[in-house]
Amino acid sequence: MMYLKAFLVGGLICLIAQLILDNTKFSPGHVLSGLTVAGGVLGGLGLYDRLVAFAGAGASVPISSFGNSLVKGALQEVETHGLVGVLTGMFEVTSAGIAAAIVFAFLVAVTFNPKS
Amino acid sequence: MAKKRIGLQTVRLEQPPVIIGAAAVAGPMEAQGPLGHEFDQTYPDLTIGQSSFERAERQMMIDACNLALQRAGVTAKPPAVDYFLAGDLLNQIITATFSGLSLAVPMYGLYGACSTFSEALSIGAQLIDGGYADRVLCAVSSHNATVERQYRYPTEYGNQRKPYAQFTVTGAGAVVLAAAGDGPRITYCTTGKVVDYGIADPFNQGAAMAPAAVETIQAHLQETGRTVDDYDLIVTGDLARFGRDMAVKLAAQRNLTLGKNYNDCGAMIYDPTRQDVHSGGSGCASSAIVTCGHLLKEMARGKLKRILVVATGALLSPTTFQQGENIPAIAHAVALEA
Repeated sequence: MMYLKAFLVGGLICLIAQLILDNTKFSPGHVLSGLTVAGGVLGGLGLYDRLVAFAGAGASVPISSFGNSLVKGALQEVETHGLVGVLTGMFEVTSAGIAAAIVFAFLVAVTFNPKS
Repeated sequence: MAKKRIGLQTVRLEQPPVIIGAAAVAGPMEAQGPLGHEFDQTYPDLTIGQSSFERAERQMMIDACNLALQRAGVTAKPPAVDYFLAGDLLNQIITATFSGLSLAVPMYGLYGACSTFSEALSIGAQLIDGGYADRVLCAVSSHNATVERQYRYPTEYGNQRKPYAQFTVTGAGAVVLAAAGDGPRITYCTTGKVVDYGIADPFNQGAAMAPAAVETIQAHLQETGRTVDDYDLIVTGDLARFGRDMAVKLAAQRNLTLGKNYNDCGAMIYDPTRQDVHSGGSGCASSAIVTCGHLLKEMARGKLKRILVVATGALLSPTTFQQGENIPAIAHAVALEA
């Protein structure tokens, strides 16, 4: 059942992004940051975690989850350290993802040559 | 009006300069296309044995120049051309610059985006007819992996492309013009004006350039007193299939019928039924390799007598389009007669 829910919710998020790409003048960059911000807003309202609880990886894999994590990290730090937590907490939860992107990009760049 | 000027945009070459040698080199996709057998040299992969795509593009331009000089029966050293006119699509037209470095002849670097091919022919022809040069070497190039990252997105990014998006042609074309000799002659040059029809999507350059092409063709016909039917073929540079259809419609609105003797190099270079190039080809090399590789050979075979090459350029700056500005466009026409 979880697989089905993950497929439907994840697929729906991608469908929305694809419809925006195909039918508007927004570029892939716009869609990427738009989804991140949307995830952040939903996270701030406490709705994104409910979506993750419902659909699992269907909600946690798309880029909107990254926006949610940014906001969640900031809010958690705010609770323990006050307003400065907005700055220190944002990458608290997301650091694994960002570090992984840098490390793997480095390894791939070192190992392979670009091809067509 | 100046003696050799016959209109606001057109000059008539009094002693039409001759194309005494030409060469087209092309990448793997172009080699597999319908004109693949016409190119003088093709490469099995985009790197051409070089350490970067930029070096590969440079190698293509130098190869095209050497082949064209060879065809013309002149050697680059000691300098057998008076000028090297060249351009490409990279920042600071660096491909042309490095090619100029290795050729070591007096050089003017040109930028007209994808219109650079006919821009170079126009200026070269006028230098010769003006008596300032006996021989001029013109060259342009574009490379899919260098240009796509310059103007759109790096190919590694794997970005989705819209159906009307174009595919940058990998190749280089070179032409040796001379005051006398055997070959097709450049009889008229019509210089385009920059136009802006409100297109701001960098993937929709065909639409941005189509009006420029139509305006230049119209000016050319009016000022020379010719009609579309006076030409065996009128080709635009890189409007591709969507842009070509748009040009036909725009021309019809101006009572100009672009019929069977009209085509677009970007639409000719690939086979859309088996090559995933969306609307078709774009880039400086589009008009250059179709003209140097195919059309000039058709003229030599006697199949074409008089053609009009209208290379089209989307004068897109990645900076200004990100700031929301439109894409200005230009098109230059040169008449070639056997």
